[in-house]
Amino acid sequence: MSGPRDLEGTQPPLLYPPYQSTIRRAPAQPLIRLPEHLSALDEPVYGWWPLGATDNDLTRQHQDEPQGQRIIVAGRVLDEDGRAVPGALLEIWQANAAGRYRHANDDHPAPLDPNFTGAGRAITDADGRYEFTTIKPGAYPWRNHENAWRPAHIHFSVFGTSFRTRLVTQMYFPDDPMFPYDPIFQSIRDERARQRLVSRFDLGLTRPEWALGFSFDIVLRGEHATPFEGRV
Amino acid sequence: MTGGKPLIATPAQTVGPFFHFGLTREPRGRMVDAAPEGEMLRLSIRVFDGETQPVNDAMVELWHDGAFGRMPTGADGACEFEMRAPRPKQNPPQLPHTNVCLFARGLLRHVFTRMYFAHPAQLADDPVLALVAEDRRRTLLAEQDGSDPGRWTFEIHLQGTRETVFFDL
Repeated sequence: MSGPRDLEGTQPPLLYPPYQSTIRRAPAQPLIRLPEHLSALDEPVYGWWPLGATDNDLTRQHQDEPQGQRIIVAGRVLDEDGRAVPGALLEIWQANAAGRYRHANDDHPAPLDPNFTGAGRAITDADGRYEFTTIKPGAYPWRNHENAWRPAHIHFSVFGTSFRTRLVTQMYFPDDPMFPYDPIFQSIRDERARQRLVSRFDLGLTRPEWALGFSFDIVLRGEHATPFEGRV
Repeated sequence: MTGGKPLIATPAQTVGPFFHFGLTREPRGRMVDAAPEGEMLRLSIRVFDGETQPVNDAMVELWHDGAFGRMPTGADGACEFEMRAPRPKQNPPQLPHTNVCLFARGLLRHVFTRMYFAHPAQLADDPVLALVAEDRRRTLLAEQDGSDPGRWTFEIHLQGTRETVFFDL
């Protein structure tokens, strides 16, 4: 279903039949545009739990270190004008190195890792920066179609300044050979928008003798609707 | 940096079926309220798909008056909240309501709706409900329990003859 929020293919449509779960779950009626002056968007979010010391280091949440390639994922949260969004809460979750989630409903026959939960949180600093240390997640099969595999990804949930900027998305890794076969990634028609979901290998972030670095900036929707034209 | 041109926002991707250990490890059914006043109410939200099957892997977020709640749905597609009744809005006047964000496997991006606490006869008075066809306005009404006035229920139907009205921000 196309609507204003599709923004010329830079956001996913609600109905995308190659991703089968959308067929019975995508609203069929057109969305109703909510005029800006009728939506109080500046509501603050109260009562976040305080962050713990290892919340942004998923390799130090257990007795021993998890299996897998240690990585650093870092970047900035920006608004559509390129300004830093400080104080944004990021929550991430992911499969382990073998492609298995610590979740009762994940029945993929790959091993769980007793030293890896796969969940983390961080809050952006004054420059909008965040950083996580984790391990590279494995790809895993799902049953959307014959021989379907998800490219390796880390789920991100971001709270900006209001619920207009609320974002749940997934971060991918560069040059994943499964991109062409993944309907969730391919649901974004605009190539430049799709590339926003792909992290970049960053030698500057890479720590010698320790961990590979991947940079991933996140651009949140603005508080005010701006036309699609001329976006970069 | 951007030459004055706005950036393309990062696209949404589905929350998927396995978010629980990341997002709802500490359930927040009891909403934290910045300015506690007004009656407490208990709310049960149920989510259904286009075949009226319960959606048992959704996540519901509620926002109003600076308060926030977030719960996963269970096997019956339901989740429970405790909250202060939302206050009527001014400038322009709007009936008391809660903002609802719904995330689920099969929703490539989250959908947004409103849940109103009002009498069906009042609905034409609200400027947002006035944008909605009359026969669909009731999909946005929470229903008060006949015998327990502190208890409310709200059904979200993603498709079908009772499809909930969803908004575009």
